[in-house]
Amino acid sequence: MKVTLFATCIVDLFQSNVGKATVELLERLGCEVEFPPSQVCCGQPAYNSGYVKEAKEAMKRMIETFEHAEYIVSPSGSCAFMFREYPHVFKGDPVWEPRAQKLADKTYELTQFIVEVLGIEDVGARFEGNVTYHTSCHMTRLLGVKEPPMILLKNVKGLKFTELPGKERCCGFGGTFSVKNVAISEQMVDEKVHHVEETGAQYLVGADAACLMNIGGRMERLGKPIKVLHIAEVLNSR
Amino acid sequence: MAMKISTEKFNDRVEQGIHDSFMRGAVAGAQDGMGVKRRVVTTDELSNWEDWRNHAEEIRQHVLANLDYYLEQLSENIAQRGGHVFFAQTKEEANEYIRGVVQRKKAKKIVKSKSMVTEEISLNAMLEEEGCEVVETDLGEYILQLDDHDPPSHIVVPALHKNKEQIRDVFAQKIGYTKTSTPEELAYHARVTLREKFLEADLGITGCNFAVAETGSFCLVTNEGNADLVTALPKTQITVMGMERLVPTFEEMEVLVSMLTRSAVGQKLTSYITVLTGPREELDVDGPEEFHLVIVDNGRSDILGTEFQSILQCIRCGACINVCPVYRHIGGHSYGSIYPGPVGAVLSPLLGGYDDFKELPYASTLCGACTEVCPVKIPLHQLLHKHRQVIVEKEGKAPFSEKMLMKAFGLGAASPALYNMGSKMAPVAMNPFTVGDKISKGPGPLKAWTEIREFPAPNKERFRDWFKNREKGGE
Ligand code: SF4
Repeated sequence: MKVTLFATCIVDLFQSNVGKATVELLERLGCEVEFPPSQVCCGQPAYNSGYVKEAKEAMKRMIETFEHAEYIVSPSGSCAFMFREYPHVFKGDPVWEPRAQKLADKTYELTQFIVEVLGIEDVGARFEGNVTYHTSCHMTRLLGVKEPPMILLKNVKGLKFTELPGKERCCGFGGTFSVKNVAISEQMVDEKVHHVEETGAQYLVGADAACLMNIGGRMERLGKPIKVLHIAEVLNSR
Repeated sequence: MAMKISTEKFNDRVEQGIHDSFMRGAVAGAQDGMGVKRRVVTTDELSNWEDWRNHAEEIRQHVLANLDYYLEQLSENIAQRGGHVFFAQTKEEANEYIRGVVQRKKAKKIVKSKSMVTEEISLNAMLEEEGCEVVETDLGEYILQLDDHDPPSHIVVPALHKNKEQIRDVFAQKIGYTKTSTPEELAYHARVTLREKFLEADLGITGCNFAVAETGSFCLVTNEGNADLVTALPKTQITVMGMERLVPTFEEMEVLVSMLTRSAVGQKLTSYITVLTGPREELDVDGPEEFHLVIVDNGRSDILGTEFQSILQCIRCGACINVCPVYRHIGGHSYGSIYPGPVGAVLSPLLGGYDDFKELPYASTLCGACTEVCPVKIPLHQLLHKHRQVIVEKEGKAPFSEKMLMKAFGLGAASPALYNMGSKMAPVAMNPFTVGDKISKGPGPLKAWTEIREFPAPNKERFRDWFKNREKGGE
């Protein structure tokens, strides 16, 4: 199966490990992965801040870049959701709305793709460690992907799972919210860090690089020994 | 009290909220407790909760689409029963009409049941100006009123930010209370004091949860029964309602009341659900001799027909507030409006203008928790996003530096070549700020980020470079 990778700008620039793990994992599961180099940012930072005009320019480039794909897969629930939102953003535009719709229809978050499209629930991974999982808001509420990451993690050998208390509560990232309202964001992420600690886990795993950057960045600043991993890295370990 | 409850800056209010550890404990406890109760009587108990939500949304949308028709029907039915109806376009008009009634009736002692719309139009201030003694009879509102008009911090639980010790102190200072801070003793004292007020009152004022167009009735939902006394004892009654708060018939009322109580307090029904129709009739044993309904527009009709119309579906249950992670940490007063939380962040700029409330749409991570619980399916996080768009594009109220940044974003992100070049330069540009693999004191927009967290240094080899090398077989 041919997969076109939408790596996201965070992964491209700051978390290349996550990108590598995603490629290797998909290949191991029998996919052929391509990465169109003309991909930019999905436009979410500008869009969510209210700069829709600016965001649309980025979105058009992304539509052009990914239009040819059979399946578009992204290791980020939030960014995948942004693609799914494109038709809504271009609503009423005779040229771009239908193109956006086609793009949206074939976009998947990584774990969603593995479970729902490939039909695989056990990727044959082995990971020794005590893990908790952060359910990102956009991925669960907006994209509606709740079960797939849980199913995949449950089948990882050696992995001990502890549920995160208050898991449905936002970590305080919220894109530009994290810098615009830093005082509030701090309180939110601190509560999240506190809950992560409560689980006694050694690893905090998530499927959204941005949330992980927020929680991880805060834990690092506070000197917490808990490691942050993207779910692709866990699923790719053997 | 008007809608705006503070003249302080948003960030200062937030600072105060964050440092009010008691309030935060109370809010978190209430959110967690109500969250569990709400889940039990919504998604757990009703397997078809989503169908209920769809139905409730449909009812509200139908009413908004036919608002003129139902308002007319309501007015006619009330008039037929001998009640008076006044349609107030502004808060001034509403207050003037009520002032007229008060003067004509020579009313001096007024009892009120809880009503947000009367807060919105600053009714109490006008009544006090008229020399009336106005007593709020909802326990929460009563506490706040005694405490020198402390503003409400929640639309359903107005005194959520106060603990029982604080309430005891207020009672001791203001009404000579000498007992302990146990809730039962406090409530008993309030009950005895308020009972006197009910008996003395010559005018009763209520809000309105839903008005029923078909019969000219209106419905009040409480847990304390105070609204029943407000409507049963005084000779004159004035009910004030937001112009959108109506339903076609009892059938729809029943659905919405159930959605309201389940979502607001996690109860299948509250202790009192009272439906009243017009003034006292010949065979009635109680009820007012004279009944006035004041329907308040105050900016609502300007929202009709706009992309914000769905906020008028709101039934003021407060569920969105009870799940909001931002409200959790800053409390109600930080919003600077009598309408806090997600519903307030959408509604306050619409009713009160962007000048006073432009920060509110940004006080959200757009996490969607509010949208998920709203019983009438208002897409709250999308409306917050629409506000941001209006602030940037129409109001031009976004900060200059942000505008420049976003312009640069538009250019950079839209051009693969620029993006490629910029991202390649990133490690070099960030080099002066990078220690090891992280940035602890970032420049520009990273400054705020790194105030509280580390930021990762850009990878020396971007993912795209790795991928390209690998394709060339160079891994
Ligand atoms: S917006 Fe929805 S959840 Fe919030 S108070 Fe109104 S009806 Fe309730």
